[in-house]
Amino acid sequence: MSERKRRFGVWAALALLVAALAVIAAGCGGDDEGGGGTQIEGLGSTLDEIKEAAKTEGQVDLIAWAGYVEDGSTDPKVDWVTPFEEATGCQVNTKLGNTSDEMVTLMRTGNYDSVSASGDATLRLIAGGDVAPVNTDLTPNYADVFEGLKDQPHNSVDGQMYGVPHGRGANLLMWRTDIVDPAPDSWSVVFDPNSPYKGKVTAYDSPIYIADAALYLKATQPDLGIDNVYELDDAQFQAAVDLLKQQKAIVGKYWSLYTDEQKAFTSGDSVVGTTWQVIQNLLAAEKVATEVVLPKEGATGWSDTWMVSATSKHPNCTYLWMDHIISPTANAQVAEWFGEAPSNAKSCDETSDPNHCTTYHADDEEYFSQVAYWATPEADCGDDRGEVCKDYSEWVTAWTEIKG
Amino acid sequence: MSTSTPGLPVPRRSVGRRLSAYLFRHRWLQLGGLLAGPIGWLAIAYLGSLVVLFLASFWRLDTFSGKVVHEYGLQNYEELVTNPVYRTITLRTVGMAAAVTVACAAIAFPIAYYMARLATPRVRRALIIAVLMPLWASYLVKVYAWQILFQEGGMIDWALSPIGLRSPFEISGTAEWKQYAALWITFVYLWLPYMILPIYAGLERIQPSLLEASSDLGGRAGTTFRRVVLPLVFPAVVAGSIFTFSLTLGDYIAPQLVSSTQFIGNVVYANVGVANNLPFAAAYATVPVLIMTIYLLGAKRAGAFEHV
Amino acid sequence: MIESPLTRVLLRVATWLVLAFIYVPLAVIVLYSFNASRTLNWPIDELTLKWWGKAIDNPGVRDALWTSVKAGLGATLIALVLGTLASLAVSRYDFFGRNTISFLLLLPIALPGIVTGMALNATFNTAGITLGLFTVIVGHATFCIVLVYNNALARLRRTSRTFEEASSDLGADTWQTFRRVTLPQLASAMLAGCLLAFALSFDEVIVTTFTIGADQTLPIWILANLARPNQLPIVNVVAVAVIVLSVIPVWLATKLSAETTAPGTVAREVVEP
Repeated sequence: MSERKRRFGVWAALALLVAALAVIAAGCGGDDEGGGGTQIEGLGSTLDEIKEAAKTEGQVDLIAWAGYVEDGSTDPKVDWVTPFEEATGCQVNTKLGNTSDEMVTLMRTGNYDSVSASGDATLRLIAGGDVAPVNTDLTPNYADVFEGLKDQPHNSVDGQMYGVPHGRGANLLMWRTDIVDPAPDSWSVVFDPNSPYKGKVTAYDSPIYIADAALYLKATQPDLGIDNVYELDDAQFQAAVDLLKQQKAIVGKYWSLYTDEQKAFTSGDSVVGTTWQVIQNLLAAEKVATEVVLPKEGATGWSDTWMVSATSKHPNCTYLWMDHIISPTANAQVAEWFGEAPSNAKSCDETSDPNHCTTYHADDEEYFSQVAYWATPEADCGDDRGEVCKDYSEWVTAWTEIKG
Repeated sequence: MSTSTPGLPVPRRSVGRRLSAYLFRHRWLQLGGLLAGPIGWLAIAYLGSLVVLFLASFWRLDTFSGKVVHEYGLQNYEELVTNPVYRTITLRTVGMAAAVTVACAAIAFPIAYYMARLATPRVRRALIIAVLMPLWASYLVKVYAWQILFQEGGMIDWALSPIGLRSPFEISGTAEWKQYAALWITFVYLWLPYMILPIYAGLERIQPSLLEASSDLGGRAGTTFRRVVLPLVFPAVVAGSIFTFSLTLGDYIAPQLVSSTQFIGNVVYANVGVANNLPFAAAYATVPVLIMTIYLLGAKRAGAFEHV
Repeated sequence: MIESPLTRVLLRVATWLVLAFIYVPLAVIVLYSFNASRTLNWPIDELTLKWWGKAIDNPGVRDALWTSVKAGLGATLIALVLGTLASLAVSRYDFFGRNTISFLLLLPIALPGIVTGMALNATFNTAGITLGLFTVIVGHATFCIVLVYNNALARLRRTSRTFEEASSDLGADTWQTFRRVTLPQLASAMLAGCLLAFALSFDEVIVTTFTIGADQTLPIWILANLARPNQLPIVNVVAVAVIVLSVIPVWLATKLSAETTAPGTVAREVVEP
């Protein structure tokens, strides 16, 4: 074979190989459109069957917010996992998700059984067929859940529940009491371009934070006509993005890992910003002087739901977990630890602080009407504006621009 | 046909020998057998994957369900080109990579020179071990150690306070250049061994006779260094720079831990790992691939591949 | 010696400074592994050994360590075989595309890890392969091949072909020649390459993140636990333990490649008899 022919042969073979791979790649994928609504394989049909089957499964893999699944390793007194493991024989493995986006991505891999999804993740997971509907008869504690959390737009479709409600709460404003004076009561302290705490302000590192800016504008610029902070049309969205770009000049660090915020407040790299109650609890335990408040403009918040994967490998243990986490005792414990309102009405009698439910407005639906639960922005505004609102992918792009 | 030496047994015509003789006559088959494994692996596992990624960069994300739709279009590349933030981030990353490479080369050269030319063999062996050891320390923990050093009220602040200075480095805050400085130091620290060793090897390769000849011809130390040593060791420096440049270009963990700025890696990771927008992440990922390919071609020209 | 005495002194000082620069952060890690407080306060108030005890008991660390070892061994084995084959081909034959092979093998390690990771992840997902130890080994092996390849190639370029030719003249077939002549000469270079490959695979985190699925190697465990306040001191302990334990393979690698150095090796001009 001549040199030239051999050379041609080698290149031709290589090109053919690459082309073949391309064809395969193009052809494959685009499948797996599991339109949810099917019963999960292997799930028992009665409680006793589930308990029996769970013993053979032996484990459950969860994706959770930090502080939701405590097994005593953070604080030996904070543990509602070990009793569950001992009672059911299901070993609990947890992967922490820092943002809703991460949780959706993790859930999509199909390697996990359940996720504590916030409202901006739930509908995406349902629409993507990643989660299965939940038969609430098989989770008896569901009966005691506050009515205001049942059959909500973010956790059900056409009256079919897609999970069990975990609890709800608000994103609060936290500050270092020894550095920030006077005590703030408004989000203006993090949005004011002339803030005295320039460079030490912190904000949540997720595109969903744009809603917080929209919330502030709702109170300070009413002529923008913002009503639903997750459904923003062009003018409203631009205003929120501009506000955030202006805020970037005073922000020192954006946090997504809750321990990052904890470190930042401990060292003084951050002195004021958005937080979760659980972070303040951790700081208080380490004797760092902080305070939190729900500002007068209101706040964004979350209403979380435990959902079950459509391809769960341990469905029985998952159902037992879901029932356990909304049981009065466990729900009370996690609500107190994390700093949120429990979902089970009976939990209010079990909290160590008898006023917990009052403080967190557990059954105050009027209060929670002021909290804008995380939701997935869609193009369909849901009102008479039509389909002109910005969808989530535009929020993501804008967020990259804002951070610069 | 085999010639046998008198007294020695004639080897058996086993399958192995027959196969070996056949291969000997058809050398290209022997070569093909040797190459099939590595090339096959690279072509399928690696190049094939890159092709898949490249194809994915033309797909798009269904906005509501968040699933990837396998339809082809240029929307991701349009976004990359029209939105200026991506240019800013790219320039920032390339600038940092260049700064890190230059600093690494400058810092690595003296120690490599010492190891190659001035150290006794025992000291040299000890130095090689001393330089290699940090490669085994976890990359993550090293970055974390720098976070500890740089944080507000951390060791650097504490060390400088007797002289009344504040640390010029920050991991958060509004003075971005301070964060860049912190990140620069961290990167230089992380990739230094990758630069020291090729330069050392390159210097070691220079035969002493060349240097003696240079001085015999009347060249003083400085001239010899400039005219003989530097050109000979330059390919090795380029070889080391491949690593420092490429590792900085794609890193997202160090910028997250030691700064509050975004680099190419952060944007790619945020899109693929968090927002699940693989198509856009893939599109943006072609930028560092392109940059590195050009860099590698240049490095090959400079003869660095002999020194990697 | 062409260097002036002043230059020599300066170089010695520079060497010490660079070594200090390299080891100060490592000293910081060692220090914090004894820090009694869970937070990263400075100055440190109290020292303790309790984290060392907790690290040994921690099942997550042990599992992650074992997974890392398995992945490293798997990747090293594949890299060894493929790298040696490629180096034999490139050094002993002349063919079209010979120069491209080095380029190709270098690509996985030269392109950013996030690109390799994403590409492999996309391919595995498209092909429906579950992410796990196997996919991690595939990913690691791909960028480890070049390390064995470079070491073996440098050694092969230094060893003369005459030995192999003499072996065939004396009646040995290809396999015998390889086993009895080539392999012994290559052995230490192959081993050095393997040690490098293992080291790289052991510490790799970015490609691993994309190819591992729900499992954990040691770097993944460290990354996950840097974010947990109570696990942080254990992470420091683990890091120190790894550094200390690594002296052995590093020393071994240095001894084996006595005239050649990592991460790449250079074909030294040898005055052959």
